[in-house]
Amino acid sequence: MERDLISIEEFKTMTLKRAIELLEMGGGEALVKNSLAVIEKEDKTLNAFISVNNNPSVGIPVGIKDNINVLGMETTCASNIIKGYTATFDATVVKRLKEAKYSVIGKTNLDEFAMGASTEYSAFGVTRNPKDIERVAGGSSGGSAAAVASGEVVASLGSDTGGSVRQPAAFCGVVGFKPSYGLVSRYGLVAFASSLDQIGPITKTVEDNAILMNVISGKDENDSTTVDRKIDFTQFIGKDLPKMKIAVAKQSFDEGVEDGIKQRVQEFVRFCEEMGHSVDVVDIDEIKYSVATYYIIAPSEVSSNLSRFDGVKYGLRISADGLREMYEKSRGMGFGEEVRRRILIGTFTLSAAYYDAYFEKAQKVRRKIANKLSEIFETHDFIVTPTSPIVAFKIGSVSDPLVYYMMDIFTIPANLAGLPAISIPFGKVEHLPVGIQIMGPRFSDAKVLGFADNIERRFKNK
Amino acid sequence: MENKHNRYRPVIGLEIHVQLNTKTKAFCDCSADVFELEPNTSICPVCTGQPGALPTPSEEMFELGVKLGLALNCQINKYSRFDRKNYFYPDLPKGYQITQFFHPIAEHGYLEVNGKKIRITRIHLEEDAGKLLHAGDSITEAEHSLVDMNRCGIPLAEIVTEPDIESPEEARMFMEKLRSILRYLGVSTGDMEKGAMRCDANISVVDTLTGKQSNKVEVKNMNSFKFVEKALEYEYDRIVDLMQKGEEVQRETRGWNLNTKTTLSMRSKEEAHDYRYFPEPDIPPVLLSEEFIERIKNTLVELPDERLKRFVEEYELNSNDAWVLVEDKEVADFYEEVAKKVNEPKEVANWFLTELFRLYGEYGKEKVHVTVEIFDEIIGLIKEGTISRNMAKEVFQEAALNGVSPRKIVEERGLKQVDDVGLIEEIAKKVIENNPKQVETFKAGKEGLFGFFVGQVMKELKGKGNPKTVNEVLNKLLRS
Repeated sequence: MERDLISIEEFKTMTLKRAIELLEMGGGEALVKNSLAVIEKEDKTLNAFISVNNNPSVGIPVGIKDNINVLGMETTCASNIIKGYTATFDATVVKRLKEAKYSVIGKTNLDEFAMGASTEYSAFGVTRNPKDIERVAGGSSGGSAAAVASGEVVASLGSDTGGSVRQPAAFCGVVGFKPSYGLVSRYGLVAFASSLDQIGPITKTVEDNAILMNVISGKDENDSTTVDRKIDFTQFIGKDLPKMKIAVAKQSFDEGVEDGIKQRVQEFVRFCEEMGHSVDVVDIDEIKYSVATYYIIAPSEVSSNLSRFDGVKYGLRISADGLREMYEKSRGMGFGEEVRRRILIGTFTLSAAYYDAYFEKAQKVRRKIANKLSEIFETHDFIVTPTSPIVAFKIGSVSDPLVYYMMDIFTIPANLAGLPAISIPFGKVEHLPVGIQIMGPRFSDAKVLGFADNIERRFKNK
Repeated sequence: MENKHNRYRPVIGLEIHVQLNTKTKAFCDCSADVFELEPNTSICPVCTGQPGALPTPSEEMFELGVKLGLALNCQINKYSRFDRKNYFYPDLPKGYQITQFFHPIAEHGYLEVNGKKIRITRIHLEEDAGKLLHAGDSITEAEHSLVDMNRCGIPLAEIVTEPDIESPEEARMFMEKLRSILRYLGVSTGDMEKGAMRCDANISVVDTLTGKQSNKVEVKNMNSFKFVEKALEYEYDRIVDLMQKGEEVQRETRGWNLNTKTTLSMRSKEEAHDYRYFPEPDIPPVLLSEEFIERIKNTLVELPDERLKRFVEEYELNSNDAWVLVEDKEVADFYEEVAKKVNEPKEVANWFLTELFRLYGEYGKEKVHVTVEIFDEIIGLIKEGTISRNMAKEVFQEAALNGVSPRKIVEERGLKQVDDVGLIEEIAKKVIENNPKQVETFKAGKEGLFGFFVGQVMKELKGKGNPKTVNEVLNKLLRS
């Protein structure tokens, strides 16, 4: 099948489900050629990719966030400190994709080491939002979201530590899913905060997301935090669902959430009620501690996880007279501002004198938040919030780290508690997409996907 | 001197790192047998800290850890978790060491040394670091250094004792006893010279007259049993000297220096690291089941202490001799094999303690090819009177070094003992005839000359005369 058998416009809006059909009909090469052609055309503007594989295998074109190892390709983590580092092995998710005839077209842009919510903190420049190129694509998986939203690839993988898959998906108007902790192997994902990190798919539809989950998930002997649960993530896709009990977090209507977003949440509530589901507004007061908790636990783990970037084995080394000076210069110059900030915070919160006051305390609050969510799930199937309190903002418009950190308020709890959470597009504010987040109990991933799929289908046909 | 030791009492605690004899490294599949390998040939993404690599704990490490814990009379903790110890050094590729800080695998044990219990505070599992090779003579003069990561990730058990040790000698004996146990269990070679067992010590001194206790000093780099004792003796003297002068003993870390035979300051306690310990998020807590621990318990072999007791009772050996045989499991196993075959445990013990150990000492264990049969034949030859005890020692050495049968040696070299009274008498008479002066002196009362005659007769017999017969004959000829 030649490239022209699939039109470029058709490719740009193509679902993964359709691409699989085409692949089976021998359209693999055409898919890859189209993908490269769209990248050629769009990426000068969008900057969704850090590197493009100019000799990709035949298969379904996907983008991989550039903090996930692809054998023989560079893994930059959008950082100067490991620029030039070539991965020596495939991440487990990449291995599984390759085995299922997916083709890695390129490595997508991110905030340095996945720390950020706008892809502005990338050593390779900002990624622009395909819906409005004056605005950020979100982050940290901004490149992966923009690449799918613009049609450069059919699907992509991101990593989600505090919302890094869901928030950019919301900003770009695509579907982003963070699986339950332990369902997807982290082997080959450059660790940000190991106890929170989870790889998740970014796709155009919920069904596509479920299809990808079936490929990448499963117990991995190289990651001892993976669990042995055989889940068919597509089992509820396209099915009618029984009536559900939905808890909408009262905090969705708090000060700090944009009015346009509050309205979309209201509409979502009505929409669900029309479908016959019952909806309660539930006060989840603990949510307000989630950002503070997260910004102790994540930097603590960061300060340790990023110690390996020391100028000794790989990446940037600034020569100096002594060892200590070499460390200081290499790390000082190799890491960007936001990464340095988090390393410093984490070094402080883990220090012997402050361990109990910060790290230990944060662990307790983490358990409290998780318990509160479990409690809600005793009486409800899902918890719903907006994915982000705001829509995609203008590039360079947010400079206060605290304002920046508060954007993660709705996405962080799922990471702290290890829960599955999905962001699906649900209307717009002006021309900018709004994402609604649906969260379920741990390992209810198939059900969360099934429900989101149901909403998506009905919403599209409305 | 005696006074000083009575008044100033050392208080010593040890921290011992033991390389565990596992097939693979602690958290990856690389071979853990890296001694004398080419640098960086037993490495992988995990143990070299490549971005994205994750540790997966080896089960064998837990088996050996539990085994060691049980042998040292510890309580085994069923909830075992790993933590990260963070610090920067080029031999530590991840920038942290995976260890057990908050939840060690075993606690509250003891080891008996000369009937005294030295308490074990804890045993925890952790990974080893790599090795730096400095270009040039020393780290400060090196123009650059190279890193060998073969050792990275080899499982270690760290054993921490309470400060129950009361002399440098006791510290050494503790280490020797521990090595013996390690070898019995097969959990480690315990080879200090090869770095398979490493020892740090904490020492302070109490002035029993005033009740004052000095600050604690940590001593490192003692890479042999002898140096453990020597370094602690040196450190004890140094601290007592300061105390006698009324000077402050600094809290610091000192290293044993092989060249100067002294300890030198490495860093003061003020410069001590903050290791920022926290739970290792990449490895879930490990829960050890009762069945797992029970299964390990059932694999425990007879340990040195029990065996010592048995040797004393069963073979009627004194406990010093028995310990020398028991200490090394291989030697003890061999001894029992020989003792069983020959059925003369005391005689066999004598041969081991004198002749066999002499050969081990002179030629090295690997050059000595002694077998049960060699012992059996040698002791048989003596009992039959075929060769003298002195001759037997020579034959034994030759047999043991070449791995050949003593009977064959005796036969081929015609070493069979001469026991023919007639022949010996004939020669003795000749000797007496040829040495009239000596006979005269002897008969005048110089008894000591008897040995001279024995020697002369033996010389004529080329050493093969049965000493008992020679004595009897000469006695008869000279004294009656």
